[in-house]
Amino acid sequence: MNKFNRKIILLLFLTLILAVFLGITHGPVHFSLSELMLTQNKYILYLRLSRILMAILAGMGLSVSGIALQAILKNPLAEPYLLGTSSGAGLGAVLAIIIGTYKIYLPFAAFLGAILAVILVYNLAKQGNKIPVQSLILSGVIVSIAFSGIIVFVISLSSNEALHGVIWWLWGSMQVYDLKLLLIVGFIVIPCVLVIYVLAQDLNAISIGEEDAIHLGINTETIKKILFFVTCLITASLVSICGIIGFVGLIIPHIMRFVVGPNHKILIPATCILAATFMIICDLFSRTLFSPLEIPIGVITAVVGAPIFIILLKSKQKVR
Amino acid sequence: MDTLIKIDSLCGGYGKETVIKDVSLEIKRSDFLGIIGPNGSGKSTLLKLMSRVLTPIKGKVTLEEKDIAKMDLKEFCQRVAFVPQDTLISFSFNVWEIVLMGRIPHLRRLQLETKKDFSIAEYALSLTDTLYLKERQIDTLSAGERQRVIMAKALTQQPGLLFLDEPTSHLDIGHQIQILDLLRRLNREKNLTIVMVIHDLNLASEYCNRTVLLNEGKIFKEGTPSEVLTYQNIEAVYKTVVVVSNNPITSKPYIILVSGVK
Repeated sequence: MNKFNRKIILLLFLTLILAVFLGITHGPVHFSLSELMLTQNKYILYLRLSRILMAILAGMGLSVSGIALQAILKNPLAEPYLLGTSSGAGLGAVLAIIIGTYKIYLPFAAFLGAILAVILVYNLAKQGNKIPVQSLILSGVIVSIAFSGIIVFVISLSSNEALHGVIWWLWGSMQVYDLKLLLIVGFIVIPCVLVIYVLAQDLNAISIGEEDAIHLGINTETIKKILFFVTCLITASLVSICGIIGFVGLIIPHIMRFVVGPNHKILIPATCILAATFMIICDLFSRTLFSPLEIPIGVITAVVGAPIFIILLKSKQKVR
Repeated sequence: MDTLIKIDSLCGGYGKETVIKDVSLEIKRSDFLGIIGPNGSGKSTLLKLMSRVLTPIKGKVTLEEKDIAKMDLKEFCQRVAFVPQDTLISFSFNVWEIVLMGRIPHLRRLQLETKKDFSIAEYALSLTDTLYLKERQIDTLSAGERQRVIMAKALTQQPGLLFLDEPTSHLDIGHQIQILDLLRRLNREKNLTIVMVIHDLNLASEYCNRTVLLNEGKIFKEGTPSEVLTYQNIEAVYKTVVVVSNNPITSKPYIILVSGVK
């Protein structure tokens, strides 16, 4: 790691600490840090801390999944939901509500839906013992479209009021209904992110080209399968408790590639920190902008993310 | 000279389609072997079968009497490197990062490169005359520069055997000679065994000590360039009229093409 990158990491880390501080003190009601320490405010502190934890997990998980998929698909525009997890989770949630399960089972139904969608995508893409990249993208898109169609179909047939909530849920929220779920997701997301980091060097080689990676002694088919499995596990577990949050997995890796370059050994940690900060700030906006109303965080990330992305694309075109 | 690679009645290709049909061949240590033949004759496929990108349908390839399919892939890549025809890289790695990737087969996961690795990479850059590109981004280089950098990456693997798939096809004559001269030097001074697929028969004749002429997935003729590059062999395989004369300086066979339309 060179001096420049070390400074960047330090800077990013300081912004993260600042974001956490803002996230704790700001909300519908503003508190100073010492006020939050009082016993009567303990519940608010706990609520805000759990939201921040959720935001950090979602940011890390989505952005690192984005990086891994971008490398194995050799496409800088790939995003974590490309392989069908989001629509699968959506369908699972819609069906659960129609069947009329308790709210507590909703995340499990969504998770199940996401995993089923991914298994479908994987088997559609598989050719013999290999998973060619193009067919992976294609089958991901096909399954996503088909599932989204079924979701709309089911919603339009049903008169169930609760389904209105699904649309809200699909756009994402950092609200933590159950601390146990947060812990479970944490236990899934953090090890998966670490697995991807351990494969940083393999990702470097694979992003040059699959055959080039084989010539460097990397068993690309195995690595691709591991990464596919791990990214799907991350996105499926995240989407099932906080809905679909777009753009994070796309822009944050892009911005960081711009700053520290494409070397995954540095790109992954830098992206993790920036994505966590970004999510905390977006969540802050989502609960304070129109408080006491809460705007789905997916709306904020899209509204903030789209312009940043356009600026990035335009500035890149100018360079070339 | 002892045998480095032995190919034993090898069949292979893509999916169920067999491209290479029953090829047997021995490659000796410090050979500079050229694989030639018309389009679709299986040159690149043979190279992919020898470098473990493809798995044989039948037969086997051995490296120093060990079946390569049973070797650990990393161990294999410590001894064998590959330079592809052209590498288009969609991520902006800089040259130094690309070349250092040549150390991957020698390092464990997450193990950091040591001074020794850096000096090996630096040496490879100086050999290929690309040290001045070290800080540049790979996607801003010209085809010739990029090919030399990719070659530096392969040399950073410190292989005993180097495969090249038409390494000069995108280069002008100056860069062609530069790359091939470098290969000749490595072959003579460092005993590097070279197996190269090449379209240009004259370059094959000039640089290789042995040539293999492939036709329809089989070896048509194998031997020194003077034995293989006769007008009879060339006309039979390429279905083209040629005149074979000799290079006035090196007296190696020199192929002159003749138009079919007068």
